[in-house]
Amino acid sequence: MTVGMSFNQLSEDEKMTHFLDRINAGEKIEPDDWMPEDYRLQLIRLISMHGISEIMGALPEKEWVPKAPSLHRKLAIMAKVQDEMGHGQLLLRVAEDLMAPLGKNRHDIMEDLFSGKLKFHNVFHMDAPTWGDAGIIAWLVDGAAIISQSMMLDSSYGPYARALKRICAEEVFHAQHGESIILAMAEGTPEQREMLQDSLNRWWESLIMFFGPKSAKETGNSNADKNIMYKIRTKTNEDLRQEFFTKYIPRIWSLGLTIPDDTIRFDEDSQMWIYKDADWSKFKQIVSGNGPQSQNRLDLRRRSYKNNEWVRAALAAKKAI
Amino acid sequence: MTQETLKPQEKKALIELLYQLADDDFLLAFRGSEWLGLAPHIEEDVAFSSISQDMMGHANLYYNLLEILGEGEADRIAHLRSPNQFRNAIILEEVNGPGTYLKEPDYDWAFTVVRNYFYAVHKHIRLDSLRHSSYEPLAEAARKIMTEQYYHLMHWEIWFKQLMTSTDEATLRMTAAIQKVWKDFGGVLTLGPYYEDIVKANFIDDENVMKKRWNNKIEAVLKEVGASYPGEPRMERGNGRNGVHTEDLKQATSTLSEVYATNPATGW
Repeated sequence: MTVGMSFNQLSEDEKMTHFLDRINAGEKIEPDDWMPEDYRLQLIRLISMHGISEIMGALPEKEWVPKAPSLHRKLAIMAKVQDEMGHGQLLLRVAEDLMAPLGKNRHDIMEDLFSGKLKFHNVFHMDAPTWGDAGIIAWLVDGAAIISQSMMLDSSYGPYARALKRICAEEVFHAQHGESIILAMAEGTPEQREMLQDSLNRWWESLIMFFGPKSAKETGNSNADKNIMYKIRTKTNEDLRQEFFTKYIPRIWSLGLTIPDDTIRFDEDSQMWIYKDADWSKFKQIVSGNGPQSQNRLDLRRRSYKNNEWVRAALAAKKAI
Repeated sequence: MTQETLKPQEKKALIELLYQLADDDFLLAFRGSEWLGLAPHIEEDVAFSSISQDMMGHANLYYNLLEILGEGEADRIAHLRSPNQFRNAIILEEVNGPGTYLKEPDYDWAFTVVRNYFYAVHKHIRLDSLRHSSYEPLAEAARKIMTEQYYHLMHWEIWFKQLMTSTDEATLRMTAAIQKVWKDFGGVLTLGPYYEDIVKANFIDDENVMKKRWNNKIEAVLKEVGASYPGEPRMERGNGRNGVHTEDLKQATSTLSEVYATNPATGW
């Protein structure tokens, strides 16, 4: 009690210094701890975007759930999309706790999604027209997600770090499921190989975009820098993209697939991958809700939210039997 | 009984029963999977997709028993039969509502709750009987499935009771859904044309005994939530156990086999 009272008597600047000392010492911030407003807003922005991306991310793969080409694949992809939905739920719960002091809740998250204010990940705005896409999404999109989420396993915000531990463990299974689909197709008929190569061609630029621009100048956004200061994340977008290349490019090549970028190579001097950068104006368009499937997938959610309004009302009004 | 000790007539009856069990779960798991991302809230999306996944797993177990009995590869059985070879009850193939899972789905949650709850009650009764099946591999599968199905039944019972006892709108929608499901639910409760051989070999209890259990249970639940019991459920559109089906099954099987059918011989 004495400690609490004396903390309350500190000036805002002193509280901030105390907060930064804590995160610099590797301590975890918990929901009821004092935190600067800016930190709270960064977390809400990051975690609600992450959570809603998991939920919207289930939709492109869901297209392939009933069509998965064997009982075994059906079971595996059903398990995977169920995991993704579970990740979304876990993350939204973390975001909801952060939003509560601002008087906001789940309903606001959904409304922000529908109005376009809350964005979701660029990859989930894209078409997934063949079974090859289901493989590429699970292998490379989830592979990319593992790389970017692993960096935040030691995030300064405790609830997020703990949610990510579970999420990353499951994502590893997803990437293995994806790799298994890819291997079967790569070792299959010429038609299967062609389908796979098509999917890779289709997804490559989205995968470059996945990690975000190299620096603020591409999109005029400095959230990544801020999040590094707050120890929410530890690496830059480009660090992550390079890690992704190092892990996956040799694997892609070993399957005999071609990366749709004839400039891509590892530069021994700089120890970096040289590659053709994505079109970041296109990226901005996509995440603003103008990707090929943005509105279709949003419509699915808007429609079901409206159709099920009576169910939510019924649950809220529940009388005891 | 094991595969080696089955007499030809018994084997035929067992195969028929296994197709009913497998196809019932396969089709309802498929209809459930169409709901993903469209359920009333995110927690339900997580729970429902887990249930659908379990049910697909149950279908897979039964298809594998059929494979062992010489019906061909499980994947072929699941993906390449024509609709008239399916033995599921008609009510389980029915679409979730207007639209498709990809475009403008106006799915009906009340129908989904009623259909799944009524089916879960029957499936529980059926598994309870199958646990003592004379065909040991089937009894073993039933014991395995039951550990998961227990939670499915609990899940749908909670939904059913909650929606039957809340707002007037919910009661109206649920009542309409009960009437709709009632017209064809009799198809779930029958063992089809090989009924006598199936029962004689002690693969499962007499359908009349199981029907009575189901009716007693549902009648009691309806009473509990203040609804009236409409008498025995009917089979208005025919008996799926005879291979009689609707356009909805054609749509379902062509979706389910879309990729596999392009090349069943290759690995996927």
